[in-house]
Amino acid sequence: MKITLKVWRQKNSNTPGKLVEYQLDNISPDMSFLEMFDVLNGELTKKGEEIIAFDHDCREGICGSCSMYINGRAHGPQTGSTTCQLHMRSFSDGDTIVVEPWRARAFPVIKDLMVDRTAFDRIAQAGGYISVNTGSAPDANEIPVPREVADTAMDAAQCIACGACVAACKNASAMLYVAAKVSHFAVLPQGQAERTMRAERMVAQMDTEGFGACSFTGACSVECPKSISLDHIARLNREYLGAKLTSNNVQG
Amino acid sequence: MAWVTQTLSSSLGRKVIMSLTGLFLSSFLIVHVAGNLQLFKSDGGRAFNEYTYFMTHNPLIITISYLLYTSILVHALMSIVLTRHNQASRPVKYAYGRPEANSTWSSRNMGILGTVLFLFIVIHMRTFWYEMHFGSVPMAEYDGKQYKDLYAVVLEAFSQWWYVLLYVICMVALGYHLVHGFQSGFQSLGIRHKKYTPIIEFLGTFVFAILIPALFAAMPIYVFLQVHGII
Repeated sequence: MKITLKVWRQKNSNTPGKLVEYQLDNISPDMSFLEMFDVLNGELTKKGEEIIAFDHDCREGICGSCSMYINGRAHGPQTGSTTCQLHMRSFSDGDTIVVEPWRARAFPVIKDLMVDRTAFDRIAQAGGYISVNTGSAPDANEIPVPREVADTAMDAAQCIACGACVAACKNASAMLYVAAKVSHFAVLPQGQAERTMRAERMVAQMDTEGFGACSFTGACSVECPKSISLDHIARLNREYLGAKLTSNNVQG
Repeated sequence: MAWVTQTLSSSLGRKVIMSLTGLFLSSFLIVHVAGNLQLFKSDGGRAFNEYTYFMTHNPLIITISYLLYTSILVHALMSIVLTRHNQASRPVKYAYGRPEANSTWSSRNMGILGTVLFLFIVIHMRTFWYEMHFGSVPMAEYDGKQYKDLYAVVLEAFSQWWYVLLYVICMVALGYHLVHGFQSGFQSLGIRHKKYTPIIEFLGTFVFAILIPALFAAMPIYVFLQVHGII
């Protein structure tokens, strides 16, 4: 396959970047999108040019590292997948592919296609956890959790914090991410101790980080590699409003 | 009270304000369209003029009307605050985007649609509301009682083809605004349930986005055709 790539090159967060064009003549349709980048970087190395920086880790769709905005879509044209699960057979011979980093004020570009997603970590630290006693594990089924509840929690827990929701949202909103984290714990008995505090603190941190508000376009859910449902955003709204109305925190 | 202002100034709280004002405005549309159906009566405007008299003299309606004006302003001003915040959340735009692949046009253009509707409300209120309250409206007499003949103002306004066209276009914008806005309002309040969301979606699409704008658009068309003797 012959491919023309237009890749965002940016030296660091303080330098403006630009799209740079690369020609690739010998691409196998069976390569993953990241392997195609490996080939390109190999060629750049041979030529003595600086390689393109991009995040990647597991290459099996579970780490959430491979953030690339490909041809106007988060993680490319394939729905329900990460960039590493995208293969060159999804494109045609002779295609031009534009690759950009996630664009959000809260996700500043570190270099080329790498962005700083520690804003998500800070949101998780604000309330995305539960308190458990250490010591021996409790007996299995000691805490009853109905199957339906376990499934809902698992659907939310699938979130890999990749940031595709933010990247795809016209407002760069992190609602689907925060909703997944809040939902995951809110429906389970283990999550009740911090339930009120969690919704209040995680939303406050989300706003502090500079993410946008939810316009309910649904783009996040479509582009989410784990297809996390908008139901969770509604639950986040419920959790947050309920927490604000009932908590003893009068200072806000 | 710090928690109240803090909650309402959060990104979720601002959407709650948009939701509550928006849904209140939607509920007003039902009253407005139902009342204005009097225009279809072939009684020379008597039912319509009696209805407008009631709407401008009933204390409860007058009180609610102030709530309505406030809601329009709060909804519009809050949308500006939200839009500015949302745009600032992505300072560098994508060089290449394909938003149509993952979302509907109306959901992405609520601000543009809302601006059209705001301008429409200004024009609409200038033509009818302002004339009714502050203008010189001719009088009509029914059973010895004097009524402002707003029906005459309606006939005059809708006898102009461009004014009718403006209304029809704005009602299309209303439909697109509500097809997303109505159900979105419930989402912002966290109201989403397997049993009730399909009902909300049905109402939002067929009643608020299609039926109500269609009835509103039919009014200027009907009056225009009648004034020009076509029907």
